[in-house]
Amino acid sequence: MSGGKLEVVRAGALTTLQDLGRYGHAGLGVPRSGALDQPAHRLANRLVGNPADAATLETTLTGVAVRASQAVTVAVTGAPAPVRVDGRPVAWAAAVHLPAGAVLDVGLTTGGLRSYVAIGGGITVAPVLGSRSTDLLSGLGPAPLADGDALPLGARIAPSRHADTVVWQGPQRELVLPVLLGPRDDWFTGAAVRTLAAARFSVSPASNRIALRTEGPALERAVHGELASEGMVPGAVQVPPDGKPVLFLADCPTTGGYPVIGVVPESRLFAAAQAVPGLPVRFVPTRRRRRPAE
Amino acid sequence: MGEDSLLLDLDSPAEAQAWHAELLRRRGAGTVTPIRDIVPGEKTVLLYGVSDVDSIHRELPRWSVSGPTADDGPLVEIPVRYDGADLGAVAGLWGVSEEEVVRVHSGAEHRVAFCGFAPGFAYLTGLPGAYQVPRLAVPRTSVPAGSVALAGTYTGIYPRVSPGGWQLIGRTDVPLWDLEREPAALLTPGTRVRFVPQEPAPGEAPVSVRSTSAERRA
Repeated sequence: MSGGKLEVVRAGALTTLQDLGRYGHAGLGVPRSGALDQPAHRLANRLVGNPADAATLETTLTGVAVRASQAVTVAVTGAPAPVRVDGRPVAWAAAVHLPAGAVLDVGLTTGGLRSYVAIGGGITVAPVLGSRSTDLLSGLGPAPLADGDALPLGARIAPSRHADTVVWQGPQRELVLPVLLGPRDDWFTGAAVRTLAAARFSVSPASNRIALRTEGPALERAVHGELASEGMVPGAVQVPPDGKPVLFLADCPTTGGYPVIGVVPESRLFAAAQAVPGLPVRFVPTRRRRRPAE
Repeated sequence: MGEDSLLLDLDSPAEAQAWHAELLRRRGAGTVTPIRDIVPGEKTVLLYGVSDVDSIHRELPRWSVSGPTADDGPLVEIPVRYDGADLGAVAGLWGVSEEEVVRVHSGAEHRVAFCGFAPGFAYLTGLPGAYQVPRLAVPRTSVPAGSVALAGTYTGIYPRVSPGGWQLIGRTDVPLWDLEREPAALLTPGTRVRFVPQEPAPGEAPVSVRSTSAERRA
């Protein structure tokens, strides 16, 4: 059963479709992709009664405005922002009724970077390799939204009856990233690991869905050779020749040739999705307790 | 590597290929803990999204993985027009004629060691160590799709237009990445490859490649 269309009235700075990502093809060079703030993506879907793998809109800073051809339930989560239906303020992080032809407008974020918009029934563009996510590194999945685009909607569904209480913690004052050292921490001097732990870094404006780049001191290498290309994961803290740590996010490449000093656990990576440029970053390196490899 | 991944650090590309083949075999047979993605590298195999890291960590040292994999992967022939913008430069680096570059490159049997950089981009081994070439000091902002290129002793083929720093020796029209195909990548790890020299089609030969090289200087 067809569910009508979602028309893009204002695409915003960068709005993409995201779901839980594209898994199982990394060995062929396909990035994982998917919503950067997964808890926010999942919450938005839960509020409108969608399964967690339904595609949502991921906005960047300036929000998005859309119009649906039929009445739908919508929810906006992630970075808080003013939400309006035909100019009238409505709730953030709650199921909201959007009448047919009315405009849902998500404004400039008041804290954080990325808001998520779920539509009851989901956005049903054709999946590519099992996912509807836009992958900005390799160009797989739908292109970022443009004004005037029309996206297919799934059949209407009843909104969730479960109440979700959303407590907004206030904007982050600092991004704290636990880092499990390795696999290539031995490519760096002891001083570099101490610098990683002690120094103040900040989020670079050059950050995107591929990586959160940092500004701050450079980490000094102990080994100066070239690393043979090896598999990369979201959460990897890679150190390119300029010495400034780069935190890989969902659209990161599947292999890379610069050493990874440590890896941020996935559960602590979602906060990075909401880190605005200039935000202070603190790394907390820890060593694993596992027995050494064979 | 992180909470739910393991990086197997091996001594040689041959060992990495053998471990990768063994992991795929065991995953296919369902005799290993579920792993979301197995990503071979040059001398590593990454196990990403492992449901039980500790159990596989205990189990791995007990596996017997036979030496280099037998050359029994599928064989793909790729027709190439050897007219790349860097063919002359590669000949200079090797200290041979351009004809000899073509003879050596098309005479070798190559093998997909691993993929990366872009969907369907395969790192092919097969050239002897003496034929190593460096990456370009300044990468091109745009390399045409189908470009056959060298870096280190690897051969790669750009599946679509992209930036790139490898030395271009030729072009092919074979689609490397096709979402209608299963798998979408033509060149998967373990595939054997032979490059078959082709004459350039009349009138089209090196022109588009030269413009790319001009763009690099711009």
